[in-house]
Amino acid sequence: MPADASTTGAAAAAAPNGAPAAAPARHRPRRRPRRRLRTIGSYTLLTAAAVVVVFPIYITIVNSLLVPDQLVQQPPPLFPTDPQWHNYSAAWTSGQMSKYVATSAIMTAIIVVGQLVTSILAAYAFAFLRFPFKRTLFAICLVTLMIPFEVTFITNLDTITSLHWFNSYAGLSIPFLATGFGIFLLRQAFLQIPRDLQEAAQLDGYGHLRFMTRVAVPLARPSLAALAIFSFLGAWNQYLWPLISTGGTTPLYTVQIGLKQLLGTEVSQIPVSLAGAVIAFVPLVILLLIFQKQLVRSLTAGAVK
Amino acid sequence: MAQVSFDGVTKRFGETTAVDDLTLSVPDGELLVLLGSSGCGKTTALRLVAGLEELSDGTVSIGDRVVNDIDPKDRDVAMVFQSYALYPHLSVGKNIEFPLRQRGVDKEERAAKVKRAAETLGLGELLGRKPAQLSGGQRQRVALARAIVREPLVFLMDEPLSNLDAALRVQTRADIVELQSRLRTTTLYVTHDQVEAMTMGHRIAVMSNGKLQQVATPEDLYARPSNAFVAHFLGSPGMNLVEGMLVESGTADVEGAGGRGTLCVAFAGASVPLPAPVADRVRGSGPDVVLGMRPESLRLSPDGSIAATVVIVELLGAETHVICSTETGARVIVRQSAGAAKPGIGEAVRIEVDDDPRAYHLFDSSTGERLGGS
Amino acid sequence: MTAISAPVEAAREPKARDRRGLRARLRKEAALAYLLLLPALVLFGAFSFYPFLRNFKLMLYQTPPVPGLPAHYVGLHQIVPTLTSTQFTQSLVTTIVFVILVVPISLLLGLALAVAAHRKLKGMAVYRVIFSSTVVSSVAVASVVFGTLLNPVVGLLPWLGINPTPPALESTTWALPSVALITIWQFLGLSFIIMSAGLQSVPDELLEAARIDGAGSWTRFWRMTVPLLSPTIFFAVVVSTIYAFQAFGAVDILIGPQNAVRLHTNVLIYNILNTLQIESNPGSAAIMATALFLIILGLTLLQLRFLERRVSYAR
Repeated sequence: MPADASTTGAAAAAAPNGAPAAAPARHRPRRRPRRRLRTIGSYTLLTAAAVVVVFPIYITIVNSLLVPDQLVQQPPPLFPTDPQWHNYSAAWTSGQMSKYVATSAIMTAIIVVGQLVTSILAAYAFAFLRFPFKRTLFAICLVTLMIPFEVTFITNLDTITSLHWFNSYAGLSIPFLATGFGIFLLRQAFLQIPRDLQEAAQLDGYGHLRFMTRVAVPLARPSLAALAIFSFLGAWNQYLWPLISTGGTTPLYTVQIGLKQLLGTEVSQIPVSLAGAVIAFVPLVILLLIFQKQLVRSLTAGAVK
Repeated sequence: MAQVSFDGVTKRFGETTAVDDLTLSVPDGELLVLLGSSGCGKTTALRLVAGLEELSDGTVSIGDRVVNDIDPKDRDVAMVFQSYALYPHLSVGKNIEFPLRQRGVDKEERAAKVKRAAETLGLGELLGRKPAQLSGGQRQRVALARAIVREPLVFLMDEPLSNLDAALRVQTRADIVELQSRLRTTTLYVTHDQVEAMTMGHRIAVMSNGKLQQVATPEDLYARPSNAFVAHFLGSPGMNLVEGMLVESGTADVEGAGGRGTLCVAFAGASVPLPAPVADRVRGSGPDVVLGMRPESLRLSPDGSIAATVVIVELLGAETHVICSTETGARVIVRQSAGAAKPGIGEAVRIEVDDDPRAYHLFDSSTGERLGGS
Repeated sequence: MTAISAPVEAAREPKARDRRGLRARLRKEAALAYLLLLPALVLFGAFSFYPFLRNFKLMLYQTPPVPGLPAHYVGLHQIVPTLTSTQFTQSLVTTIVFVILVVPISLLLGLALAVAAHRKLKGMAVYRVIFSSTVVSSVAVASVVFGTLLNPVVGLLPWLGINPTPPALESTTWALPSVALITIWQFLGLSFIIMSAGLQSVPDELLEAARIDGAGSWTRFWRMTVPLLSPTIFFAVVVSTIYAFQAFGAVDILIGPQNAVRLHTNVLIYNILNTLQIESNPGSAAIMATALFLIILGLTLLQLRFLERRVSYAR
């Protein structure tokens, strides 16, 4: 057993039981060849997968900048040597993308604001107020999430039509101004606010309205952002409702329905319609980059404890 | 032969160096404690042996082979994590069995080994339960069982007791020591708790800022710390460290207790004469030094060489800690036995240092290194 | 012995006035709450509950195939014929095949990519953005994008050697798989995000312990990661099944109502939509819609019952 005097640093390398001391020479850094191979393998796989996922979008952007003749070329061009930017202006003007984008923007804005407001109000009631039937009413709000659109859209269409809201912003947005998901999400966020804060505000004389606007809402900002981006995405990308609730001689098409109109079977039309698709998609990707965290938060609200 | 050797081992994470040129050898069968406060590199060193981190420089050897490039699963080491890392979806029995399954041990032998390991740790009744249903102490024992079932070359333990309450910690400490001495497996044990280190380790390697400060038996570490850091780290309360100057007493401007030619450490209100063996060793160093004295080597006495004022008196029942402040403002703790007369707060006292040369520790005031060799 | 105690104030009985004040306050609070809930509840009532109930009423009315004639009450007699008609059964089969194609593949891919991108290597953030990017694509965008790729005239697929005749989107065998492919691509982003979030909750130490215990990457994946991820996988299965049963946009944009049946892509929801819009037969549509709803509900409950048992929760 080692019983000799204490030692420091390099001298300790001399094992007391007689094994030879390791040479104090400097050692070159060892690169694990197997590890490196594995890392390269991972990167290769990831890059290949990324290429496959991104490829459709990439080729769409490329094709949107081609002349129709180039589309049918073999091998297909992977980079636009002579970008036809006018495809975009064509999509925007004669392709009516400008109108579609405006319509989508207005409809989405109404829906997002509406959902935020109704959810904040309802969630506030559930989180901070005492009243009879609270649990039942909350359950009712959640149950709406289980009622799918296929059983409601038939009647909703009739309702809209009889209210003369067919082919209007009202018809496009009002059915969606409230959402059980938003109420659920914000109620959870409001419940996180410590009771002490509420009591302190009460002592300071804050009424509910002031507490809501000055304390609760600011503190729940992350969840509000998550809800906003989720609502935005849902509203902007909606397909069924804008399809059936608009029509007539001057149809109020959103971007999604407009894209359908833009797509023809003529090869000559393809680059323009692809330009339209890019216009519909790219702004969302930018939004994703900025609001990644919020989006993930809202999408995984149920998946992770 | 399951000796573990670090040779010039360095691990860098970007800009920070977590382990700096560590060279250390752990002989077969030894329980070596890696001791230090958080961030000192002890856990990183452990993980380097496990293979969970890659070295930046140097080599790690287990037995007589260099394991730098060898995958954790082929190193034949077992690790007990601070959080136990029990597989929550497997029962206790299956948790313990897991390492054996990976090695293709056949069914009967597996069952036998699991049974043995479980019995060694008193888990016989719990084999069917899931980790979530166990108490902290029980989970810890499952982690240990999982480690021993494979009979590996080396045990690696990363602060295994820190999640247990105090009473359980004391009991489990003894259990681990007993287990290790029975199995005689080389063990590297990481902790920040010096009581654990002192009671468990055959030797202790003290680390700070990635560097090895000293490696020695607990007695040697305590009696002959090789630098001020180690001196202060071990011991509860830690060694008193006071800055002063080496002067020959008998010179005009020093009030000396010893006769002419006695080497003293002087600071405001104090002139501590050094016993001859000590003085002989350190004469010629300095003049700035740090004097270390353990609280148990000090007494309150009217003949004491250090003037101080009592700041706090801590009654611990079996002993009393008198915390004093010297005229330089340095804190000196004096340990008194329960029966001694306790001073009042604010009282002016004089502190006397034991005559025994071993009570005096001198360190270089800039490097912290022990002066005058061991 | 006289007990030594501090004088205790006798608890005051709440005066009648105080009690009335408290009740008034609670009443005001409840009134405020109902006011705050009013907008949401009105909207839910008008656009969720009322339609849901009215759907049952619609099922009882048959609309004659001649346009202009009003619907007449037939009670429950319409239900069985509608549900046994070839149109319904075929679209149901189509939908089931579609779901079987979409759900397992998109979840497996999402899981594989999430695991691959979970490493602590440099640049992972870029890969994560790329893999989640399809979550922002709408069905219209995905359809236009893939529609072009699958277009027989456009050069890409033929260059790769894939040159089916008839072209994929006009072939009775390949139309449905093509639509499934589009939906898989579209769903991949969400699947990736969900799986990645789930992976965060698998502690690294567990995988390290498994590594030291001798488990190779494959073993670690199947015996550690997947079981520990099972709550997330379960959630993803439920959500994606519901979604897949209701997907139809690609069919509408790329195939259209005229060809849907012929090309075996007439998924149930599309059938319902066309029955309403083109055949102007709300009664029949309502019946099929209820059937679809019940199928999804039943499937979800089945999943909750049977799959959840195999889910191992950590606590």
